[in-house]
Amino acid sequence: MKKTKYRSQSGNAFLVAVSAVILGLIGGAVLMAAIGSNPFMGFYYLFRGGLMNIERIGNTLATATTLMLVGLSVAFAFKTGLFNIGASGQMLIGGLCATLVAHKVFLPRPLFLVVLVASALIGGALWGVIPGFLKARFNVHEVVATIMMNWIAYWSIYYFVPAYLKGPSLETESASIAISQSLRAPWLTKLFNGSYINYGFFIAIVCVIIIRFVLDKTTLGFGLKAVGSNRWCAEYAGIKVNRNVVISMMIAGGLAGLAGLTFYTGYSRNMQIGVMPAQGFDGIAVALLGASNPLGVLFSSLFFGILQSGKGFMNAMTSVPPEIADSIIAVIIYFTATSVLFQRFWDRIARRRGSRRADQREEE
Amino acid sequence: MWSTLSSIFPYAIAYTIPLLITALGGLYSERSGVTNLGLEGLMLVGYFACAITIRLLQDTMAHSVWLLTLGLVASVVAGALFSLLHAFASINLQADQVISGTAINMLAGALTVYLARLISGSGNVRIRMGIIRKNIPFLSKIPIIGPLFFTQTYWTTWVVLAIWALSWLLLYKTSFGLRLRACGEHPSAVASAGVNVHRMRYFGVVMSGALAGLGGGVILITYSGEFHGTVAGLGFLSIAALIFGQWKPLGILGATFFFGSATTIANVSQVIPSLSVVPPVIFKIFPYVATLAALVLFSKKSAAPKASGQPF
Repeated sequence: MKKTKYRSQSGNAFLVAVSAVILGLIGGAVLMAAIGSNPFMGFYYLFRGGLMNIERIGNTLATATTLMLVGLSVAFAFKTGLFNIGASGQMLIGGLCATLVAHKVFLPRPLFLVVLVASALIGGALWGVIPGFLKARFNVHEVVATIMMNWIAYWSIYYFVPAYLKGPSLETESASIAISQSLRAPWLTKLFNGSYINYGFFIAIVCVIIIRFVLDKTTLGFGLKAVGSNRWCAEYAGIKVNRNVVISMMIAGGLAGLAGLTFYTGYSRNMQIGVMPAQGFDGIAVALLGASNPLGVLFSSLFFGILQSGKGFMNAMTSVPPEIADSIIAVIIYFTATSVLFQRFWDRIARRRGSRRADQREEE
Repeated sequence: MWSTLSSIFPYAIAYTIPLLITALGGLYSERSGVTNLGLEGLMLVGYFACAITIRLLQDTMAHSVWLLTLGLVASVVAGALFSLLHAFASINLQADQVISGTAINMLAGALTVYLARLISGSGNVRIRMGIIRKNIPFLSKIPIIGPLFFTQTYWTTWVVLAIWALSWLLLYKTSFGLRLRACGEHPSAVASAGVNVHRMRYFGVVMSGALAGLGGGVILITYSGEFHGTVAGLGFLSIAALIFGQWKPLGILGATFFFGSATTIANVSQVIPSLSVVPPVIFKIFPYVATLAALVLFSKKSAAPKASGQPF
């Protein structure tokens, strides 16, 4: 596998993203119609399920929290020209570290939260820095390395959780974390009428701001982006390419680790074994749709959050299976990958308009 | 020791075969110059198609020998058709092949369960009967080799091995194979010699879909017996085997057997006391660690097709 460039498309990135979303929704509508359901009712209940009352809005935000952090992780690596397909594994390890802390460490609440966040950050960063190092030192393609790291994490947890964190009833999941040891906050739960929303949401928002600042306003960010847009040019300019690759993967891993924190100690409060977190891949969609821009990631994660949290309600009200949300996300990713198609289309329209305008001017 | 070995050996082979055929599919695709990370999804599509076909036909042709064969044919066709999505994106539209492959995985995971739910509410599809294991006459009587290789075998094992041998011949002994491999190394040179690179790459990707689909079908009718919405990373394990086998047919045969055995030992180590000394997690993560180690060791002179992943 050779290195391919993941540049954020300029100009019509927004149009491409919107076209992909529209095609994704059309794909979803076709699937609903194919099984004899009314697509309009399906979408109505899908969005209603995500937004109908304050509790569901809270759940949507909690779902979006994890997606936002994974999306940031993938987007950050994209900026350095790296593809972090290993967010799932980094989530698992970050989540595992946080779950361990939640079960074994007892401290005053503010201090505890700091330790909890730090553990997930370090766990994820460690899982991300290994592929980064292999890439920098041995030129091992980061896609392959992160996939391997995913499955190493998956199997490690498969055996670690039942052995050391087993719950009282089920063999396949860890014991539930007490509310006071989790990211949940009673005032937030009350404010949102008993929803899953937790401190993770604020962590994610802070991360969006920090990453935006790092990328746009610091030397580090400039170096990382320079490596992403042309590594030979960056090297010639005296930027340490290999060091930047390692740093980029470390930060990306840390962000994914935080995503694991928000999911395993905030949203679900336990870890199931034998499950590769799908958010790690949904995050790729979030980053692509957000054109690898932190603010874009913020909005696209909210959109996907609505889809993911509304699917249960939709399934209860109609006969459409909940997998429709994942299908729509997959179709959106497919069409962002093939964005050349739309770029050509929009370019042609723009050109036609441009030439028509020129014609008019000549006539005048 | 011998009895342990001879009892788990058939399982190791049963576990190796789907990996082998899927990795072989990956070989076709990579050699033609298209990275295919969608093998996991393509396997899943084959797994699903096989389950659905057998489920729909098992009442009308319950005792026919062709039932399982038809299931396998369905899995090959479904895998090939699904891989066209990846081929179109990466060959015609010059899309990012990693992203396209990821989309294939996600789409397969969602779509198959979506459809399966319509047939059975839970999303699991069970078939009544898989392949019955048979001893090969005469050959199973040979000492040592007989009990290891020729007892309790599935017929699909021999089909897959035949496909492997034919693929080796096709890729390394024919001019067609040479051209296909050249498309993965230096496509513009092949194009200037008058070969249609796009068509060659289509062939590579569709073969990968067909063989990965077959791999999924084989899982169903040999050791699984039920579609349950995931192939649990076997597609990615096949990619690991492809890399560990250094993109060569003989290499992937060895690598898949190695990985298949490791997984089998991990699975049975709870029941066999002599194996439980080593924690099973070691065997489970071993293939991935070994692949990373191989990548590091061979980083100076990578055997990967040079143009793999690059649009032409």
